[in-house]
Amino acid sequence: MIALRNLRKSYETAEGRLEVLRGVNLDLGAGDRVALMGESGSGKSTLLHLVAGLDRTDSGEITIGGRDISKLNDRERAAYRRTKVGLVFQQFNLVPSLDVAANIAFHAKLAGRHDREWENELVERLGIGTLLTRYPEQLSIGQQQRVAIGRTLAARPGLVLADEPTGNLDEANGDAVLELMLSLSKGSGSTLLLVTHSQRLADRLDRQVHLRFGKIE
Amino acid sequence: MKMWTAATALLSHWRRRPLQLGALLSGLALATALWCGVQAINAEARASYTRAAVVLDQNGLANLVSPNGSSIPQSAFVRLRRAGWNVSPVLEGDYRFGVIRLRVIGIEPLTMPAETNTVDLGNAGDLLSFITPPGMLFVSPRTAEKMRGQTDLALRVSDRMLDGAAFIDIGLAQKLLRREGELSRIVIAENQRSGLEPLEKLVPTLSVREPNAETDVEHLTESFHLNLTAFGFLAFAVGLFIVYATIGLAFEQRRPTFRTLRCLGVSLSALAVLLLAELVLFALAAGAVGVAIGYLVASLLLPGVAATLEGLYGASVPGTLSLRPEWWVSGFAIAVAGTLVSSAQSLLRLRRVPLLAAAQPQTWGRSWQAGRRFQVLAAAALLALSGALLLWAEGLEAGFGVLGCLLLGASLLLPTVLSGFFTVMQRASSRALVTWFWADARQQLPGLSLALMALLLALAANVGVGTMVSSFRLTFVGWLDQRLAAELYVAARNEGEADRLRTWLATKVESVLPILSVDAEIRGQPMQIFGVADDPTYRMHWPLIVGMPDVWDQVASSQGVLVNEQFWRRDRLRIGDQLDLPGDWKPAVVGVYSDYGNPKGQVIAGINALTSRYPQVSRLRYGLRIQPDQVADLRSRLTDEFGLPADNVVDQAALKEQSRRIFDRTFLVTGALNIFTLGVAALAMFSSLLTLSEMRLPQLAPVWATGVTRRDLALLEVLRALVLWLATFIAALPLGLALAWVLLAVVNVEAFGWRLPMYFFPYEWLRLGLVALGAAVVSVFIPLRRLARVTPSELLKVFANER
Amino acid sequence: MSVRSIAIAFAVTTMASLSGSQAASEGFGGLGSTVEGFSVPQPGLLFRFPADHGPHPDFRIEWWYLTANLEAPDGTQYGAQWTLFRSALAPGETNAWSSPQLWMGHAAVTTSEDHFVAERISRGGVGQAGVVAAPFSAWIDDWQMEGHAAPGADQLADLSLTATAEEFGYELRLSATGPLVPQGINGYSVKSAKGQASYYYSQPFYAVVGSLSLPSGNVEVTGKAWLDREWSSQPLAEDQTGWDWFSLHLDTGEKLMGFRLRDEGEGYTSATWITADGRPDPLPATALKIVPVRTAKVAGRQIPVSWNVQIPSRGFDVTTQPLNDHAWMSTSIPYWEGPIAFEGSVSGRGYLEMTGY
Repeated sequence: MIALRNLRKSYETAEGRLEVLRGVNLDLGAGDRVALMGESGSGKSTLLHLVAGLDRTDSGEITIGGRDISKLNDRERAAYRRTKVGLVFQQFNLVPSLDVAANIAFHAKLAGRHDREWENELVERLGIGTLLTRYPEQLSIGQQQRVAIGRTLAARPGLVLADEPTGNLDEANGDAVLELMLSLSKGSGSTLLLVTHSQRLADRLDRQVHLRFGKIE
Repeated sequence: MKMWTAATALLSHWRRRPLQLGALLSGLALATALWCGVQAINAEARASYTRAAVVLDQNGLANLVSPNGSSIPQSAFVRLRRAGWNVSPVLEGDYRFGVIRLRVIGIEPLTMPAETNTVDLGNAGDLLSFITPPGMLFVSPRTAEKMRGQTDLALRVSDRMLDGAAFIDIGLAQKLLRREGELSRIVIAENQRSGLEPLEKLVPTLSVREPNAETDVEHLTESFHLNLTAFGFLAFAVGLFIVYATIGLAFEQRRPTFRTLRCLGVSLSALAVLLLAELVLFALAAGAVGVAIGYLVASLLLPGVAATLEGLYGASVPGTLSLRPEWWVSGFAIAVAGTLVSSAQSLLRLRRVPLLAAAQPQTWGRSWQAGRRFQVLAAAALLALSGALLLWAEGLEAGFGVLGCLLLGASLLLPTVLSGFFTVMQRASSRALVTWFWADARQQLPGLSLALMALLLALAANVGVGTMVSSFRLTFVGWLDQRLAAELYVAARNEGEADRLRTWLATKVESVLPILSVDAEIRGQPMQIFGVADDPTYRMHWPLIVGMPDVWDQVASSQGVLVNEQFWRRDRLRIGDQLDLPGDWKPAVVGVYSDYGNPKGQVIAGINALTSRYPQVSRLRYGLRIQPDQVADLRSRLTDEFGLPADNVVDQAALKEQSRRIFDRTFLVTGALNIFTLGVAALAMFSSLLTLSEMRLPQLAPVWATGVTRRDLALLEVLRALVLWLATFIAALPLGLALAWVLLAVVNVEAFGWRLPMYFFPYEWLRLGLVALGAAVVSVFIPLRRLARVTPSELLKVFANER
Repeated sequence: MSVRSIAIAFAVTTMASLSGSQAASEGFGGLGSTVEGFSVPQPGLLFRFPADHGPHPDFRIEWWYLTANLEAPDGTQYGAQWTLFRSALAPGETNAWSSPQLWMGHAAVTTSEDHFVAERISRGGVGQAGVVAAPFSAWIDDWQMEGHAAPGADQLADLSLTATAEEFGYELRLSATGPLVPQGINGYSVKSAKGQASYYYSQPFYAVVGSLSLPSGNVEVTGKAWLDREWSSQPLAEDQTGWDWFSLHLDTGEKLMGFRLRDEGEGYTSATWITADGRPDPLPATALKIVPVRTAKVAGRQIPVSWNVQIPSRGFDVTTQPLNDHAWMSTSIPYWEGPIAFEGSVSGRGYLEMTGY
């Protein structure tokens, strides 16, 4: 379903050109749940951003559902993010001006897949039914991440990309949130690519890939 | 050394944010400039009133006056002299030399105290020509220029004289003004011998007006200057919104720096002193720029103001500005004071900067809800106070109080109203982006509310003053059409010429309307009494506000008189009231007419009633009724055949044009100040948006990540800013109209003595809306262009783990 | 308004004689001798009283000139002067500011140490200054010479006199002990060989009681006073530069009025001998001889303050000494005027006026 071929990405930094990805090759099947691991600065997040269509590759192909998204323009990439991808980051996932209910419905509505029943079920299973009228800044970080997962899954994306979604949480909380995410994504049949540096979390997924010096080991 | 290091650390903030610094300095400078400009104009005008008072009124010395303003018999002067008092008589009044109307001040040079510096009769020949008939006029060079050909009297030009006034001998004054044996006041010299009988025994009916007492001109123009000051203050207040917002933001953004400095051992008081020093430095720098701009603004506006003051009040003010300490010092003072006031809150918060709290800038909106409740309460209290003042208070100050409370109350209410509006819009929308659009607009209110309030004030002031001026203009032009009914106005140079003129005209025009007037004291006020002929022209055209049905018959039969609106309102006269006019003349008030542009009261009587009591009244001026197509012909015959100077023949159109020009000049200042205020408000908006745009990334990044292009986001941002402008503009319309109503129905009545109908000018609002829109686009453009160019990696940093 | 210009104006019109005709020679000289519609004194007219005590507005100039030699109970000598000048810009009078009449008052008190001077200027027509013949009153501002004589009696026979200035003042009561005395030929007083003349009469027989108010305090005084009334339109000839004028109370009860108008030559002298019962004896033009004895530097000028006065035909030969050398009238038109005492063939007191120095 997802095929990455010879992906390269570098950034200009104060110390000169930094090559982050140096020819990444990776295949993910539909419904695969893969942990992306690696040292700090190994390029995990960059890879995730490229797959999410948030940033452009320098060279290489990202074929998703038979389409090379690295060739897409801004507008097409935005449509891609809207309809095909769900994103969960470590922080600032939510739209600060919308309350929890509106945040959960936000992506689904943008994607044209607004389904109130499904949202209600998600809210129930995430245990955030009492928070619906609150605003993000009134939530704890754990609560924010639950809402973020709800927001992502409510849109039923084919591909869920998560970048250390529990990185700011303590272990118990993190485990609970991840558990929810795994069980919910399983139910929706989405492909999941999870960036983490926790072996314990990675172990719970179907597969693990390691990124080292800009390449998959 | 430590302090210096700390100061460098604090100041580095501004180096990284030059636009913020620019907004702070330019906001402060502009606010100071407008305040200063207005003060400069006021100071210049006041100085010239004082000069006029000292030179023309001998105001540096005490004067004996009649408490009710009536004439003083000359015998009082002789009695005082013969009792040993060193006093000098003065008689003043308005006199028309051909087409020129001068304030003539009759003085007695032999007794006039030398320190009054009235006329310089350097040699004996001058003194003799001054005091012996036919006499001599001391006038300013400009007045002399205008007087050319209008009088046979000798003119002496003196640079010390003020325009529009002439010193003449008291004897000549009594003759010209037809007030033989009468005096206006008696100047008391400073040097008096001891052992004099007290004044209250010698002249018990007179009272002493102390030196430097307020003069008539000062009193009359007070309202005008209060008006200007109010505008200057409004502009300053709008400017302070910028300063307040910018300083608040800069403090918030520097919290980490403050914390670090505290941790490094800089004491709280040292930090406070540093910040205070920084602010004062900024205030002085901006103040200097502001004073300079203020000087420029004032010197651009002063000629207009001078023309206004002359046109409206007959007050002579030079068109050039001098640098007077009273306004530039006040400019600096208010810049510093304004800065300190608007930074007080931030400075106080400094105490609460905890040493170990997260270094992240606090989100603005947190305490906003609580603050808003207080704002709504304050707004309600202010609006109630405004209403109470309107109902129960009197006077010009109360009128401005009504305005101030209304404006402030309404602007405090604005954020709540907008917030409610956005909530409703958000609820009503179902599409995700639209919902977000309104929700985000509402969320931006805390950061923008000050700028929006400033904008509301500026727009409301524009709508209000614009409506007032335009209503006034419409009324005024209509009134001119009625009032200036005669086709041609002529002025003879002397009574002999006037006699010839009447005979000459008899066969050439439809009717000759004499324009007779005398100066008189009525109810203790100096006024003019006009005599009008019984002519259909008046019956058909004269603009009456109220009147008995047979008002013109009553006037013609000498039973009744008309009074102008100013007199009517000021003295609360009613139709049917008996007026006590000089010469035991007690006619009834039978009608009231509007008389715009005249600061004084006026009475119109039948021509016979007037001439029987004032047989000596000057009969020099006439209105002529002829067919409009004959005007040009008659006009040239009057000058060529009859021999009147061209200046002494004015046609209706020219007179109307002249009146309109004076009118338009009158409100030039107001218009200019309005534009400036709007400019300051636009700057406030600009700096607020600039500030917000720096904090927008965390709010936009999630939306972008969810699949909205950067271009669409930027467009939505522009749209949102424009919606905020538009909403504020719509809110400003009713407020502006309320403002206009207060100006027309309260302030104008108090300041000028006339009440005007209110008209609506939607096209003007449209124009203002477009101007405001232009300003909005400009103020939105720079901040949002940055947003549109933001790179994905900048947006991604929001989510980055390292943050 | 500068006092200086008033002074010049007044000088031009009234007192070209007193001011040393400096102004007169600068373009206004004509005013000193031409007539311009004014009446001119004619010989042979008899005075009519009380009318002639009042003003004569058809004549250019006129004065009411009173000098008093006074003495305190302790014998201290004083002099007092009160003068009202009238000067017309044109003949005639109106009851308004348009009056062509100007008035000027001078008051002075002389002690051996001090000389106090004050001046008042006023326009006519409105009542600030003026003279009424009967009941007699002459005034300018609060300075006043007021008659108290019964109707029908000579209005100048009983006068009260007041003047008050910042530094000094006086209140005097004057009672005539003799008749009015016409000067010159029945009051026609010739002033030059060319025939310039004035109308001139005096009342030299006043007995005075009253008080002076001086910075050092009030002083009760008694003494003698002399009133001169004179009016004309052409007082001086063009070449005359000033005059020296004496009014002398002889201890014998007789009076002497004498003056010399100075010119480039001998000058023109005139004198009237007045018997103790008031009969005037006008002396011939050259009968009076005056010679300076001593000069003093006064106000920057050399002024002859002591004189030898002789009338050989009468065996009269005295030398006068001023009470105060510095009796300088620092008025708009400055001149010397002060009390004198004399000794010689007869002794007595009097007043000396000198102009044009």
